[in-house]
Amino acid sequence: MIPATENAPLFEVRDLRVAFGRAGVSLEAVRGISLTVDHGEVLGIVGESGSGKSIGMLGALGLQPDSARVSGSVRFKGQELVGLPRRELRKLRGARIGMIFQDPLSSLNPVMTIGAQIAEALLLHNETLSARAALERAEELLTLVAIPQPDRRLRQYPHEFSGGMRQRVMIAMAVANDPDLLIADEPTTALDVTVQAQIMEVLADLRRRLDIGLILITHDLGVLAGHADRVAVVYAGEIVEQASVDDLFARPGHPYTRGLIASIPDMSVERDRLNSIEGTPPPLGQLPGGCAFHPRCPLAQEICRASAPPIRGRAEHIAACHFADLPEGSTR
Amino acid sequence: MATLLLARRHTWLSLPLIVGLAVVGFWLLATLLAPQMTAFDPLDMVARRLQPPSWQHWLGTDALGRDVLARTLHGARHSLPIAVVVVSVAVAIGAMLGAVSGFLGGQVDNAIMRLVDITLSFPPMLLAMAVAASLGPGLGNATIAMVIVWWPVYARLMRAQVLEVREREHVEAAVAAGASRPRILLKHILPLCWTPVLISATMDLGQVILLAASLSFIGLGATPPTPEWGSMISDGAAQFYSWWVAFGPGLAILTIVLGFNFIGDALHDHFDPRSK
Repeated sequence: MIPATENAPLFEVRDLRVAFGRAGVSLEAVRGISLTVDHGEVLGIVGESGSGKSIGMLGALGLQPDSARVSGSVRFKGQELVGLPRRELRKLRGARIGMIFQDPLSSLNPVMTIGAQIAEALLLHNETLSARAALERAEELLTLVAIPQPDRRLRQYPHEFSGGMRQRVMIAMAVANDPDLLIADEPTTALDVTVQAQIMEVLADLRRRLDIGLILITHDLGVLAGHADRVAVVYAGEIVEQASVDDLFARPGHPYTRGLIASIPDMSVERDRLNSIEGTPPPLGQLPGGCAFHPRCPLAQEICRASAPPIRGRAEHIAACHFADLPEGSTR
Repeated sequence: MATLLLARRHTWLSLPLIVGLAVVGFWLLATLLAPQMTAFDPLDMVARRLQPPSWQHWLGTDALGRDVLARTLHGARHSLPIAVVVVSVAVAIGAMLGAVSGFLGGQVDNAIMRLVDITLSFPPMLLAMAVAASLGPGLGNATIAMVIVWWPVYARLMRAQVLEVREREHVEAAVAAGASRPRILLKHILPLCWTPVLISATMDLGQVILLAASLSFIGLGATPPTPEWGSMISDGAAQFYSWWVAFGPGLAILTIVLGFNFIGDALHDHFDPRSK
């Protein structure tokens, strides 16, 4: 294994591309995204269904479907993950990098007890651990994610758990081996609103306590408001805006981001209709020329149809729009 | 949920299942205790030839004066173990190849499934006859022939199950947790694939008994004087005016095939209530 480079960011993605299809016809679902996450930091990735936010992160960990090709660079503690042999990737996944999926109802094996599943997550990456010690650690982990009566719960099957409790189990499994990075793909989408808040609290608590980097993939900008440090907005496989969460809400630079913010329901204003962005994201392989967002953009001009927008702004806040009004500086 | 459980419990012990269990239970008993259940030896000539049913010989005697009831009961000792062996070996081979085929896909899948297609493209009886004939008569060879005919059924079934289960999210979660591929197949896919295979295997126990009897009927299975149901019916066919010679073994085959089907149907309704 390549020794971790000092000063290298925890997780650094450069120009990541994920393409589907055979030679000749190639559909790019992710068209070159770049981002970094450091210890103790929460990066939110927001975008509509099909924007490429999930497949991008799956591709970064080598979890893409067989029909997909991944290119670009993904470095974890300085180690390149793209093109890493499956054996090596397997040592990282679940050990150094944890993953939480959207649907806790179907993400647990229905014929194994919760205890056996958490113990498996531990034993996969620690061959010297005894089965008994693994179960004891599993009990600790259930306590960590605030599941009451952990000793009894260990012997139960997934169908005996509620949705929120199952997501806690998934989180317990994901952090079982003290990972450095946690990727949560829509962790609260399948849950009730009240349970969503609890799960976000569990994640925030773990992030503080274990000092892990957290990537939070969601389609709900509202979820990120209280929980993310920085936000990357993804549209049609590209990052159209990236900024600190406060900056993003205060000075959104891209019309798509403004549309997303405007479509968060505001309870203080009485209104008949909710705001929405007109139209739907372009299907794969039928991207419009120029800026991919222009058919839906209220600001679209001739130049948007003609040429892809440059990335404007400084490193802390960038947006890919011809009309982004951001403090200029060195673009990255 | 509660009503669903109740409804299930209600249909679980149905009349066909009880009948099926009783019939199969009877023949299981015969397999274990045939010598104790009848006063006569199945190979001894105990009376005058071709006696119709009487109090002495409930199912009459055959062309050599052997007791048909004793032979029928002893027949279970050949048919039942053969059926169990054929189905278990066929499930073992078929499920393993089918699981590997569905899990790996690609060229391995292609190779295994074409072999399955070729085997299944023959009428089962014809293929079993051809294999049994080339190996020579005898119950051992008939068993091998039937395994060769039967494993592809389970390979197909298992492959279909694996293809479905491997797309479930908990499998992806296991990959993301760093589990190796053999482990994913064995611990996270296979345990969820057995139900239809077991249901099918139960029903097939009856079908294999029928096939074994068919092979013996045409002289490719049991050799005389073995009291095997198929060869007994063959003897009976030669004694056209003594109906009872074929009646005993015929009734045995009819009831046991029906019994296994009833049990299989009940299992099917219980474990897979959607696909009625």
